[in-house]
Amino acid sequence: MSWRPTATFGMLRQRARLLAELRGFFAARGVLEVETPLLYGAGASDPHLASFVTDYLGPGAASGRPLYLQTSPEFAMKRLVAAGSGAIYQITKAFRNGEAGRRHNPEFTLLEWYRPGFDDAALMQEVDALVRQALNTPPAARAPYADLFARHVGVDVHSADARVLRDAAAARGIVPPAGFGDAGEPWLDFLWSHAVEPHLGCDGRPLFVTDYPVTQAMLARVRSGSPPLAARFELYLDGVELANGFHELADAGEQRRRFTADNIQRCAAGLPLMPLDEFLLAALTHGLPDCSGVALGIDRLLMLQTGTEDIAGVLAFPLSHC
Amino acid sequence: MATFSTSEFRGGLKVMLDGDPCAIIENEFVKPGKGQAFSRVKLRNLKTGRVLERTFKSGETLEAADVVDTDMQYLYNDGEFFHFMVPETFEQFAAMPAVVGDAAKWLKGQEMCVITLYNGQPLAVAAPNFVELAVAETDPGVRGDTSGGGGKPATLETGAVVRVPLFINVGEVLKVDTRTGEYVSRAKA
Repeated sequence: MSWRPTATFGMLRQRARLLAELRGFFAARGVLEVETPLLYGAGASDPHLASFVTDYLGPGAASGRPLYLQTSPEFAMKRLVAAGSGAIYQITKAFRNGEAGRRHNPEFTLLEWYRPGFDDAALMQEVDALVRQALNTPPAARAPYADLFARHVGVDVHSADARVLRDAAAARGIVPPAGFGDAGEPWLDFLWSHAVEPHLGCDGRPLFVTDYPVTQAMLARVRSGSPPLAARFELYLDGVELANGFHELADAGEQRRRFTADNIQRCAAGLPLMPLDEFLLAALTHGLPDCSGVALGIDRLLMLQTGTEDIAGVLAFPLSHC
Repeated sequence: MATFSTSEFRGGLKVMLDGDPCAIIENEFVKPGKGQAFSRVKLRNLKTGRVLERTFKSGETLEAADVVDTDMQYLYNDGEFFHFMVPETFEQFAAMPAVVGDAAKWLKGQEMCVITLYNGQPLAVAAPNFVELAVAETDPGVRGDTSGGGGKPATLETGAVVRVPLFINVGEVLKVDTRTGEYVSRAKA
């Protein structure tokens, strides 16, 4: 057991420089830095995100009240945008239980920003500008999710069912976990993470994945069409997922429906139910300005900037040293 | 028998997979931007030595394999079996040549080896990392050549053949790295 930091002081100085550069980037663009609560009354509803939960006991809550360490500052920042903040950004810690590995630490640093008046295409341009400044990369490429799936897995993601996806995995010699069922979505996650992701942005040029299937929409709005597609994008470089953005869903009814659908999935999977964030739903009912938002992992940006393979190399004290 | 969940997977852990004992080499946590988290695990089948890649859902479990590494002294080969002994207990184990495998060519007797026991039976034998063995046969030494470049084959007293520098002569005792099969130095007298 070592009490010393896992990152070098050179790395910690580079982290400080990067943070200063990011703040300069947004100051020059007139985007306001904000802070929102790390402890919040609701957590992410996504069944694949596990929140840390703790109890507040004291004035205002004599019998205690659960508070969730935020998996991202999304809900509170959207409330600020709905209240008329204009463009805002935040550099904050985010918390995800169960996630530890070469590219994951359960507590990590996130840059999240919201741009009223931007659609996803406009926000991708701004993300690209930021990444080019930090990493000296050439202009990012863009490719729809379905094109990448067809290229690397060889199936049409919009029509493929679980059976087709299972055969595609077998044809590539990728052994799935036992008891993978007949639902298509886990297969998409499995093939995407094993057969597609490792190839993305590996030619030195960052790659935006766009036009996600609606099952992967999360909090993005859905563009009608055949098939309908989610206005969501993710940025990859060297096979590393760096950022996730949406043209934000602003429909309170649709948001309530997605929260509820997530809770139904949670229930089926035996996971704890998540309280609905009535503050966010009220803000959406009031009206969220047309906006796009994105979250970018600072630790991974620093890893890419410095060619670091393990996240422990860019953190003073990762989970193993806490 | 105990089980291990994906959160407990780590290099060196011995688990049962498809009925065979395996050692985990590495465990990588994989999670796409949205969706299910996986453990991508590399394992070595301890019977065949083959390296496998498998994916598990977070939280899945594997049964522990009754596999223990034990330090034992190599005693002798009776023509059929290799015999080893645990020095503390004098307990003896006989291993088939297939189990001893490549390690056999480094063993002449007395060496401390690591014997992997599976359900109490020898499954694999690892020779010591370094052994000291005499040269039984090699071309005559070339005086003055200390460069170490080039080299020549030398057959050691156990039959193993290693590349040695040109200045090495028959009868000299050499230190050899059994993991790479490479000459390290002359043994210190």
